[in-house]
Amino acid sequence: MKKRDSAKGARYGMVIDLDRCTGCGTCTIACAAENNVSVLYDESDKTRNINWLKIYMLTNGKAFPHTEVVYLPRPCMQCGNPPCVPVCPATATTNDSDDGIVSQIYTRCIGCRYCMAACPYHARDFNWFDPAFPKGMDRYLSPEVSPRMRGVVEKCSFCHHRLMSAKSKAYFEGRRDLREDEYIPACVEACPTQAITFGDLNNPKHRVSELIKNPSAFRLLERLGTEPKVYYLTTKDWMRRMADNYLQGESKKEGNRPEKKNG
Amino acid sequence: MEPDPKQERKGKRDGWIFFFAGLIGALIVGWIIFPLLLYSERSQPLNFSHVKHGPESSVGLDCEECHFFYEDGTFSGIPGLKKCIECHEDPESLYTDSPEEVKLFTNFIEPLKEIPWLVYSRQPDCVYFPHIAHVKMAETECRVCHGDFATNHTLPVFKVNRLTKYSIDIWGRNIAGYRKNTWDRMKMNDCAACHKQQGKEHNNACLVCHK
Repeated sequence: MKKRDSAKGARYGMVIDLDRCTGCGTCTIACAAENNVSVLYDESDKTRNINWLKIYMLTNGKAFPHTEVVYLPRPCMQCGNPPCVPVCPATATTNDSDDGIVSQIYTRCIGCRYCMAACPYHARDFNWFDPAFPKGMDRYLSPEVSPRMRGVVEKCSFCHHRLMSAKSKAYFEGRRDLREDEYIPACVEACPTQAITFGDLNNPKHRVSELIKNPSAFRLLERLGTEPKVYYLTTKDWMRRMADNYLQGESKKEGNRPEKKNG
Repeated sequence: MEPDPKQERKGKRDGWIFFFAGLIGALIVGWIIFPLLLYSERSQPLNFSHVKHGPESSVGLDCEECHFFYEDGTFSGIPGLKKCIECHEDPESLYTDSPEEVKLFTNFIEPLKEIPWLVYSRQPDCVYFPHIAHVKMAETECRVCHGDFATNHTLPVFKVNRLTKYSIDIWGRNIAGYRKNTWDRMKMNDCAACHKQQGKEHNNACLVCHK
């Protein structure tokens, strides 16, 4: 399999402003509705339910009145160097497309779940059951997204079908390039506080390529070298420290900001 | 008693005859009878003639009249009944004396029922195929994938695999996998081979065609 040159083509990514996120959960609902995520007999069973985009609640652990809470939405990070890809024995997940989105081909997946073990972000879910929807809800299913059968792994695709639809529309107008607003995932569109910005990280005209230069931008578990394409913004230093794991004594560093070079 | 060497040779020869008879029988079953049983034949609800409607006929419709692109870049595919009614509006004044036209009125237009066409090229659910990328941007002719439909007087018989429910046009008519024309088979490897041949190997990334 050829390795992708990340400088070539598009590199779609997301910037999530955690100071704006209220943890309302609209993005997760929009995501599930857009991508035909099936409904479990009991959605409170967190060992079996499926969430492409999960919201974590983080607190600084201090007592009132110093308590601070941050809600952290976590889609698939669409890593530039994804740990899930080399472990897949069926080549069901690859990182070879021109848009930098990590693929997951359900019909190819054999359900071994190595990728789930490899993913440090827990971004992948396993289908323990055949997809089922409450009566009437099946009429809202999207024909753009194929259903997943029991026994395969699924994950966020940055609403890849929206990219394909946007491309088809551009082709009709005789264009090959997409405008910034033509392709955005469902979660980005749904966010009421507009905490999520989406675009091509390689394109200097897109807002995301500016936002990631912000000194308060960081990624989760950056030290693993997975090169995630989902960036977060926050002004809270305790939150930034949580974004990576540190050894004892190492945590004195100010978050995971790059160390200042001497001289 | 010593076995008769002549008798022994005859026995061996008989063994070989039975072996070959069995082998040929098995080959006939596997390569001819089984494929015949595997596919069920269904005929289209209406025998549409492309030749009678097409650009060289007296009607003189362009292909794009029915098979057009919508503004969002999606392909119209097989047109709905509305398109037929645009011309076939009056059951009293038929264009031809063909029984198929009478059938069109009695079975579909009068009860306003969509014609349940059987689609030869229906791909599995997991495949995303944008016609516009192939037809408009890459300037591929329709016949490269679909064959010479435009010169057909009658619609071919629709053969569907009893096990997979896919059309024989997807699986290929030849069980040995031999392919003479580009439109003989529409499997993933055929798409990939064509992409490679056209120098567009980057389009063989999984997510380009899978959804």
